[in-house]
Amino acid sequence: MDKMGKIDLSAKELQEEVEALSGQRVFACYHCGKCTAGCPFASEMDLTPRQVLEYIMEGRVEVLNSRTIWLCAACFTCTVRCPNGIDIARVMEALRQILLRRGEDSLDLASLGEEELPQIALVAGARKLIG
Amino acid sequence: MRIAYYPGCSLKALAANFDRSARAAMGALGVELVELERWNCCGTVSSLTTDDLMRQLAPVRNLIRAQEAGERRLVTACAMCYNTLKRAALRVEAHPEELAKINAFLDEEPDYRGGVRVLHLLELLRDEVGFEAVAKRVVRPLEGLRVAPYYGCLLLRPRGVGLDDPENPSILEELVRALGAEPVDSPLKGQCCGSYHTVAHKEVVARRAHKILSEAASRGAEALISSCPLCSFNLDNRQRLIRELDGSFAPLPVLYFTELMALAFGLEEALSPEGHYVDPRPFLEERQLLRR
Ligand code: SF4
Ligand code: SF4
Repeated sequence: MDKMGKIDLSAKELQEEVEALSGQRVFACYHCGKCTAGCPFASEMDLTPRQVLEYIMEGRVEVLNSRTIWLCAACFTCTVRCPNGIDIARVMEALRQILLRRGEDSLDLASLGEEELPQIALVAGARKLIG
Repeated sequence: MRIAYYPGCSLKALAANFDRSARAAMGALGVELVELERWNCCGTVSSLTTDDLMRQLAPVRNLIRAQEAGERRLVTACAMCYNTLKRAALRVEAHPEELAKINAFLDEEPDYRGGVRVLHLLELLRDEVGFEAVAKRVVRPLEGLRVAPYYGCLLLRPRGVGLDDPENPSILEELVRALGAEPVDSPLKGQCCGSYHTVAHKEVVARRAHKILSEAASRGAEALISSCPLCSFNLDNRQRLIRELDGSFAPLPVLYFTELMALAFGLEEALSPEGHYVDPRPFLEERQLLRR
């Protein structure tokens, strides 16, 4: 889904907003790829977690179109393994928040079926995927 | 021992069997779980942005309830509630200026003064009850039963919040041994089950669960234990979808660790078919661990 059409953000604004929202120093990344290696969703992603860092460093705003930021379930595996102490789960959350705060939700509760789900699944999904 | 208990939303609904077995098993060990009055949803997931104080109100309000009851500790069984409540408690402890803001905002509540410790039931078992006492209470040792502990994410990570070594945990293995069963190790025991993607991307979750369950089964596991209603749902209920994707997949029962305790303590009534997609009873009966 092209969310970028509606979002006007310069390379510098993207970098500043990610660093401010996440509290992380994205430029500390030296691209070892450890985050990608341990990510349980890497095989389903279009950009690997390391590439997400690379895109931000290069100011490539199209990172906001990536399926990766929505697939990340904040499992914190990368967070505990990054040799530079970057909390990548927070970087992913910052990217989601940039979109959510501009009205780009990623979950339509009305479209869900009848299945009874654990209450925490619904609350967590709503909190992560709806602004 | 009496201790303040936070059940959380799922244990009051879809995972009522987790709540029931937790109360029964802990009761058998002389620990009474006293449900917190007027608790509210913790918010389930920790918000991860720097400007999210609003999202800390829900967990902090529960800490205020514990403080009101004169409690210094709050125990929970759900791994997600544990993580979220504990993160909030640690955060306001480390940032008094944030706590001051929260207190000012929650002006109809007494101020939270800090100092409530959030504990998981497993920590209480390990650090206070002790696994030796657990082993002593066993009336029906689960001899020969091969059980795969599944930790998932939130019991272990991030560092400083988790209750064990994030890369090489052992607390569930110790519990399994204390109950007389045999722990089956798996490299995927701390890997995410797919979490809330179960709401809108069931297939993603089914693929994750398929891997986790197959790995455990290939190492000889006959059942898997969990400490989270969402992990359990994904690993258990999503087996229906896994069967559609892989006809050769054999069902694997998924139990809460408290259900395994109840079984070994002879509290059969705490092990009901409700709350399970794969009914664990036929296999336990076959192994003569449950009366027919
Ligand atoms: S683990 Fe850390 S340093 Fe290595 S690629 Fe990922 S973010 Fe960069
Ligand atoms: S936190 Fe997100 S990016 Fe990091 S390993 Fe987990 S799912 Fe992958």
